[in-house]
Amino acid sequence: MEKVITVRNLVKKFGSFVANDHLNFDVYQGEIFGFLGANGAGKTTAMKILCGLSSPTSGEAKVAGFDIYRETEKVKRNIGYMSQKFSLYEDLTVAENIRFFSGIYGIPPASRKVKQEKLLKDLGLESAKDSLIGSLPLGWKQKLAFSVAIFHDPKIVFLDEPTGGVDPITRRKFWDLIYGAADRGITVFVTTHYMDEAEYCNRVSIMNNGRIEALDTPENLKKQYSAKNMDEVFLKIAR
Amino acid sequence: MTTKIIISGSESPLLRRGLGEAISIQHISKSYKEVQAVRDISLEVQKGELFGLIGPDGAGKTTLMRILMTLLIQDKGEATMGGFDVVKDYKKIRNMVGYMPGRFSLYQDLTVEENLNFFATVFKTTVAENYELIRDIYVQIEPFKNRLAGKLSGGMKQKLALSCALIHKPEILILDEPTTGVDAVSRKEFWEMLKKLQQKGITILVSTPYMDEATLCNRVALMQKGKVLDIDTPRNLVDGYTRKLYAIRSNQMHHLIQDLRSYEKTDSAYAFGQYLHVTGKDDEVEATEFENFLMKKDHENLEVFDIQPTIEDVFMELLHEG
Repeated sequence: MEKVITVRNLVKKFGSFVANDHLNFDVYQGEIFGFLGANGAGKTTAMKILCGLSSPTSGEAKVAGFDIYRETEKVKRNIGYMSQKFSLYEDLTVAENIRFFSGIYGIPPASRKVKQEKLLKDLGLESAKDSLIGSLPLGWKQKLAFSVAIFHDPKIVFLDEPTGGVDPITRRKFWDLIYGAADRGITVFVTTHYMDEAEYCNRVSIMNNGRIEALDTPENLKKQYSAKNMDEVFLKIAR
Repeated sequence: MTTKIIISGSESPLLRRGLGEAISIQHISKSYKEVQAVRDISLEVQKGELFGLIGPDGAGKTTLMRILMTLLIQDKGEATMGGFDVVKDYKKIRNMVGYMPGRFSLYQDLTVEENLNFFATVFKTTVAENYELIRDIYVQIEPFKNRLAGKLSGGMKQKLALSCALIHKPEILILDEPTTGVDAVSRKEFWEMLKKLQQKGITILVSTPYMDEATLCNRVALMQKGKVLDIDTPRNLVDGYTRKLYAIRSNQMHHLIQDLRSYEKTDSAYAFGQYLHVTGKDDEVEATEFENFLMKKDHENLEVFDIQPTIEDVFMELLHEG
């Protein structure tokens, strides 16, 4: 299988503080990769590097085939990103947001209209086209933010705690979208504090104090740590 | 901005105290323009109870807590804290209640120690006087007492905020989503701290979007869109779930969920960690029927068995009914 992310001996220091301590891992095409760790374990730092927003202190990494030192602009064009904190502009309408991000991601104007209509139809949001994002329920916003993040058919989409704050049914519907994207070959790189969501990933890495302490399928991690579920695995590693 | 009406002149009579209720909420409603944030909510929290408001964003948890904290005035209904009316007796309530808002709201440009001293002074007490109450929590951040609060990690901020909320020895503690965005380990530690505070006799009202935390409360209110769906002990809520629930898994979980949803006898199929939780139409579908249907779809390592519901199943069922 094709590797879409390769990371070798990646180190990031802030002064004397080592935020990422020799990270090594690969992520494959179409995989749902769970990137877990306690607060302050170094997840955000690593994610920023992989998105081309920050340079490592040393080590190598390639994302979507591009070098994260020299080709950060190409990295950015081939990935999508969504977080709970930032996703869409609240004071623009649904259609305006889609148009804005189409422009940012360089989607040819000729194909925008068709794609936009398909997206709105798939999400059942046709009637909300001219509504301000700020007026939509959180669950709709999250679905739309995810769809916009993969609107340009990136190789990888990074999701930073995408499902916070919604009810349990809406949270599960969001995972239906994640599965759908993975089925279409888009790699999903996701962080979450919901341990049941860790079970939905193909593979999971768990960081602690800047290092990756464990990386395997949820099934194998549970065996390895003699744990009933991923919550127990996490508590054993991160405590 | 909500303005407070101060009723002066007549000393409001001490309302009935000591009847066992620390918090009483009667038919409270509150709207912001066209949004109805809280719709006719009534509930009571007993003295010494650890009570949870469980629900997603937009359930009305924060609005309800702000009304109790005397920071907002309700449109309708009445509420008391420790027997005092939240509108008339707001000054008394502020002296006896500790509050940890959802957003970190200590002074970022003061040190850990300065923040704590500040809150103690505002409440006309000293850190030394009530140190016993916060000791277990504060010792964990004391090594960083000269650090600016703004420079603390998330977990340390949380501990400082809790220490500041406790420094005047409140009878009631109100915590607005203290564990949101917090990792599983820190969440566990936080709940252990809450249990200890409860043992010291403090009544605690806490809100959370994490359904699994409901089981750590004595009683909970399940909330959605400004309404209370149900109030009870976690045990009773789970026992009250009368549907037949199955856990199903196979090696192809995503296809499993799609196959089950396409099956005419399936009522609901949702992912629950490593299993799907599935109900059949009218609860008359047997495990073997699901099994036979799925075998035809070539699922490997198929497992189907009866399972006890969790609070999350109960909540989802209530959403379906609503």
